[in-house]
Amino acid sequence: MALIELAGIERRFQLGDTTVKALAGIDLTIDAGEYVAVMGPSGSGKSTLLNLLGLLDRPDIGHYRLEGRDVTTLSADEQAKVRSTRIGFVFQSFHLVPRLTAAENIALPMMLAGIAPAERARRVTAALKDFGLDQRADHKPDQLSGGQRQRVAIARATIMQPPLILADEPTGNLDRHTGEDVVNLLEALNARGVTLIVVTHDPGMGERARRRLVMEDGRLQSDSAGAPG
Amino acid sequence: MRPADILRFARDAAAGYPLRTTLSVLAMAIGVAAVVLLTALGDGARRYVVGQFSSLGTNLVIVLPGRTGTGGFNPATAITSTPRDLTIADAQALLRAPAVRRVGPLAVGTSEISAGGRLREVMVAGANRDFFAIRNFELAQGEALPDDDWQRAAPVAVIGAKVQEELFGREPALGRLVRVGDRRLRVIGILRPTGQGLGMNTDELVIVPVALAQAMFNSNTLFRILVEARSREAIPAASTQVLELLKQRHRGEEDVTVITQDAVLATFDKLLGALTLAVAGIAAISLAVAGILVMNVMLVAVTQRTGEIGLLKALGAPARTIRLAFLTEAAMLSASGALVGYGLGEAGAFALRQLFPVFPAYPPDWAVIAGLLTALSTGLLFGFLPARRAARLDPVQALMKH
Ligand SMILES: Nc1ncnc2c1ncn2[C@@H]1O[C@H](COP(=O)(O)OP(=O)(O)OP(=O)(O)O)[C@@H](O)[C@H]1O
Ligand SMILES: [Mg+2]
Repeated sequence: MALIELAGIERRFQLGDTTVKALAGIDLTIDAGEYVAVMGPSGSGKSTLLNLLGLLDRPDIGHYRLEGRDVTTLSADEQAKVRSTRIGFVFQSFHLVPRLTAAENIALPMMLAGIAPAERARRVTAALKDFGLDQRADHKPDQLSGGQRQRVAIARATIMQPPLILADEPTGNLDRHTGEDVVNLLEALNARGVTLIVVTHDPGMGERARRRLVMEDGRLQSDSAGAPG
Repeated sequence: MRPADILRFARDAAAGYPLRTTLSVLAMAIGVAAVVLLTALGDGARRYVVGQFSSLGTNLVIVLPGRTGTGGFNPATAITSTPRDLTIADAQALLRAPAVRRVGPLAVGTSEISAGGRLREVMVAGANRDFFAIRNFELAQGEALPDDDWQRAAPVAVIGAKVQEELFGREPALGRLVRVGDRRLRVIGILRPTGQGLGMNTDELVIVPVALAQAMFNSNTLFRILVEARSREAIPAASTQVLELLKQRHRGEEDVTVITQDAVLATFDKLLGALTLAVAGIAAISLAVAGILVMNVMLVAVTQRTGEIGLLKALGAPARTIRLAFLTEAAMLSASGALVGYGLGEAGAFALRQLFPVFPAYPPDWAVIAGLLTALSTGLLFGFLPARRAARLDPVQALMKH
């Protein structure tokens, strides 16, 4: 079943007098459980596409169906609800709240969703263990290494058990070795059935994805799903 | 988001920026402390003056012999007479005035009092039983002068607390005989100690029947007549009736002066009440300033935490949650400021009372409540704008600011 269906998506930005078409007519279908890498030169619209898929941004033209439901027409609060339960984000710069501990950062989506403290504690303990962070539960982000921070961020993205994980250059701020770790974690999630969409500049990482989208000037230049092999 | 989580989140956010949190709490605290302390001062002054005046008696009309005040020079009275004296009969006549409830004649002089070989100089007041009620004299032991004919000079005395202590020490004084001048009097009552007030110091006073005092001082005049009107409203009527009656008795001559203490008191009360209000108003301005400071602090917080707000939105927080979190933080800042300020203000008022025990520097309840409510509502009011700004941030833009 198609998890994501994009039809005729356009996203324009007004920069002074000129209009930039960050996305210029995207048609795309992604099935549940897929592992997709989005590649392409800088400024080609990869982040814009991901933000749109994550309901952080709205298209100017076109329709976006998530799990069969048209989400472009939802109100801001309804979209927030979808983000809370259906989508997990992993960012290049981690985006951890500096004053909260690793455990509190992981629990943040559950706290925002109003989940009871006991249930939160249970899930956080399990997540800390899964991601090898049990010794780091009470550490603030500035007491963690880059790799550990990104693991906290991935734990946070998965804590609400969303069917879709969006990662924008998750290894961009990491060295090769720790980046490898993070990719393994994300792939393990995908192996358990979570749909994974990763924006990356790293061809090696792109190779590992089962499907590669290459963007250029706001368009899909190639889609390995359509190509043979 | 659960209310407990919102509270904790807001608290941690405030604690995460100690300097700006301390500053805004301090500003709010100073504002509230100023309201509490200044109104304590103002209201204390009002209470002090009112208390001093009402210790003289309520609904009081005082009659003095002689024409004083604004009458100016009157050739007729200048030629015809020296003013007539006030007599006990004059005082008794005043009881006929319908607006008058009680009349207390007063004759004064000094004399020596002795008992058990100890002797001292005292002020002797000749009065009657109603005089005690009019002046609100309270007795520590025994009772007031007997309620009999004002012309009867019963050989009894009520003595002040200090006189009792100096003559009798720890021994019981009630029922003992004392010598006042050349009379032997029985002590029938002892006044409750009061200390120094606006009126005479009753601790060093000896009160005897007015006829006895006149006999002792060999005169038949009164120093004052104290008149208690039936009610506050009856005071003007009482004073005109008193004046009229005495004029009749003095062959049509207006040779007495009538003072009403309530008029003076009311003016003071109003004046000092207005002063307290004005002072509270000035202090409230500092609260408004504190509110604006909280707003600025919260606006800075929104700017500083733009990335965090974007993240919260990405993680699924609806606008309402973000608004609530920031509003709660602003409310916390102003609430803790208000509490600290209230504590400081009460401590200041307490220190004032310790330094000046006679001065009742208690902040009035209305000022405390108004101060706290103003602090909270300015905090919320000025917190609303930053909270709304935070809630309206575009998630993508906000995230990029991280
Ligand atoms: N908020 C914005 N305002 C104006 N222009 C924008 C905005 N966001 C993106 N753009 C423009 O849209 C285009 C696509 O940007 P996008 O960030 O999606 O590129 P990208 O493929 O993610 O690039 P990179 O690899 O450098 O991250 C760029 O030309 C960019 O300048
Ligand atoms: Mg990008």
